[in-house]
Amino acid sequence: MTQLKNPQILFASDLRDGEVLFLGPSGWARDHRQASVARDSDEALALEARGKAEIAANRVVDVYLADVAIGAGGAPEPLHYREKMRIKGPSVRRDLGKQARLAQAGEPR
Amino acid sequence: MTAHDPQQAARSNAPTTTYLYDAYDTAFVRERVAEFRAQVARRLEGAMTEDEFRPFRLMNGLYLQLHAYMLRVAIPYGTLTARQMRRLADIADKWDKGYGHFTTRQNLQYNWPRLVDVPDILEALADVEMHAIQTSGNCIRNVTADHFAGVAIDELEDPRPTAEFLRQWSSLHAEFSFLPRKFKIAVTGATHDRAAIKAHDIGLRIHRDDKGEPGYEVIVGGGLGRSPFIGKTLREFLPREDLLAYLEAILRVYNRFGRRDNKYKARIKILVHETGIEAIRAQVEAEFGAMDRAPFKHDGVEFARIAGFFAPPPYESLPEESPALEEAKRANAAFNAFAEVNVLAHKTPGYAIVTVSLKPIGGVPGDATSAQMRVLADLSEKFGFGELRVSHEQNIILPHVKKDDLFALWRALDAAGLATANAGLLTDIISCPGLDYCALATARSIPIAQAISRRFADFERQRLIGKLGIKISGCINACGHHHIGAIGILGLEKKGQESYQITLGGDPSLAASIGELLGPGVSADQVPDVIEHLVDFYLAERRGEERFIDTWRRLGHARFKDVLRREGEDGADI
Repeated sequence: MTQLKNPQILFASDLRDGEVLFLGPSGWARDHRQASVARDSDEALALEARGKAEIAANRVVDVYLADVAIGAGGAPEPLHYREKMRIKGPSVRRDLGKQARLAQAGEPR
Repeated sequence: MTAHDPQQAARSNAPTTTYLYDAYDTAFVRERVAEFRAQVARRLEGAMTEDEFRPFRLMNGLYLQLHAYMLRVAIPYGTLTARQMRRLADIADKWDKGYGHFTTRQNLQYNWPRLVDVPDILEALADVEMHAIQTSGNCIRNVTADHFAGVAIDELEDPRPTAEFLRQWSSLHAEFSFLPRKFKIAVTGATHDRAAIKAHDIGLRIHRDDKGEPGYEVIVGGGLGRSPFIGKTLREFLPREDLLAYLEAILRVYNRFGRRDNKYKARIKILVHETGIEAIRAQVEAEFGAMDRAPFKHDGVEFARIAGFFAPPPYESLPEESPALEEAKRANAAFNAFAEVNVLAHKTPGYAIVTVSLKPIGGVPGDATSAQMRVLADLSEKFGFGELRVSHEQNIILPHVKKDDLFALWRALDAAGLATANAGLLTDIISCPGLDYCALATARSIPIAQAISRRFADFERQRLIGKLGIKISGCINACGHHHIGAIGILGLEKKGQESYQITLGGDPSLAASIGELLGPGVSADQVPDVIEHLVDFYLAERRGEERFIDTWRRLGHARFKDVLRREGEDGADI
């Protein structure tokens, strides 16, 4: 077991609709704040193994681990701008994607 | 021998001048939809893995992007009917998010379709004689053409019959469905190249020989992307009779010798560059000479059948000048600006070509809402025989508008937010979707276009600057054509941040050139400043009617680089 340089969460895309998903304790979540966080290599491997099983079960595609930081509220926040985009939606259309759903729910984007 | 109905030409009641499907075409497209529906079902059932399914979905234009799937719909040679545009709007509303993105290859992309809905979308497209076949994959892609085809005053021949002829030849071509890499063909029939034919795998320029017979200059090996090249002439004049056989020979040579070991070196441009145009010519001519050309023998009847669809619409006999137009221009400054910038001369007296800009100040280049699509469809029927074009510059063209109707058209466009008077000016920016949507992108491109657009929003300033093409790509694949922009912008990742390289001197015309790098990358915030410094220098140095590219060519790249260096020393944050 090796401590990871940065914690990681598992990204994927829903096979049926293509939406970005995050692997959480009880399955796939559409909100990254519900993602399980791997802090060491064993936990990362476990996430990947679950992801591969989900690919084999034809529920998701394009599965990969991405580095995150843990925010003040304990939620994982991606470090790279690509994944920052994926947890929200297009920066030029704030009315679309996950960010729009959060705004409708009255949560900060 | 054609499989098509030789009796069918443009139906007399069809409000269009584009190719119309016959029973053969209809059956072909319907079969493909049914086939893909079955493939999707098998994928969802788990009978196919993603690796097995991916080639099938790509062959039907379906990608997986950052936030969702993306469906790329083919718009052959950029020509659309009002009925088709309405259907694109309906699909956007029913299965997507109420808008579409017109691309640099004259296609339309939906950014949010669900895989489970795609077969129904394709069925809806088939209803109006459209599809998404070969808009992706390592095959011959949508054949593009001059968006002013059939109406431009400098045109020798409408390129669309040739483009349609090639579309039919290349659709599901068994030998060329798994090429080393994708393959793009563009056709022009005019003196001025508006189809960027030298930036394509094959570019065709229609011209005539000494006897007045039509044929083609065949240009090969152009392309942008990671390694940009300007195409080289393979044949100065290819008789029309040899078109299919000769292109077959080119594709065979490419299919045999193109590299399959490295996808970044697999395009025909690399083969031409590494082998040399003389050797490629010898190989193509040898193949052409040795092959059984009988299956590719020119079918003049079929070509004439296809050409029959592109006959001019029933224009009225009108005087060249329109007093109503001149009066409206005098009375309304905003309309006058639109008429001077977005309206071009038409080959038929009393008519004009109108460019409807999809580049409002601060907008997303190439995007149109479903409501705007319907407005465009309605206006094309009211004012232009129900025909529209998509330009590779990501605008919509109404190709047949009476000059007497221009003011009424402009008022309707203005009400729909479609009357931006910037065609060909600085804010008419080409931009790929970039990292806001695209899984391949390394940086965002749309926000850069928006920032530049806002910086240069002043219309009089744009007019003063004149024709200036800014083209932005969000990665090295260069879908935004940055290499051939007078000012090109390439978004990359540098130390975990978005960074933008700027090139100068690119040119998409027959005088094609690849832009030269200005210097190290700059941040997104700095890009508008850099552009402004370059433009100010150009305005100070230009002579007479020189365009930006002319001044850059006269002064040389170093002078422009020097400007930025000096500005930086003076404290400008660049």
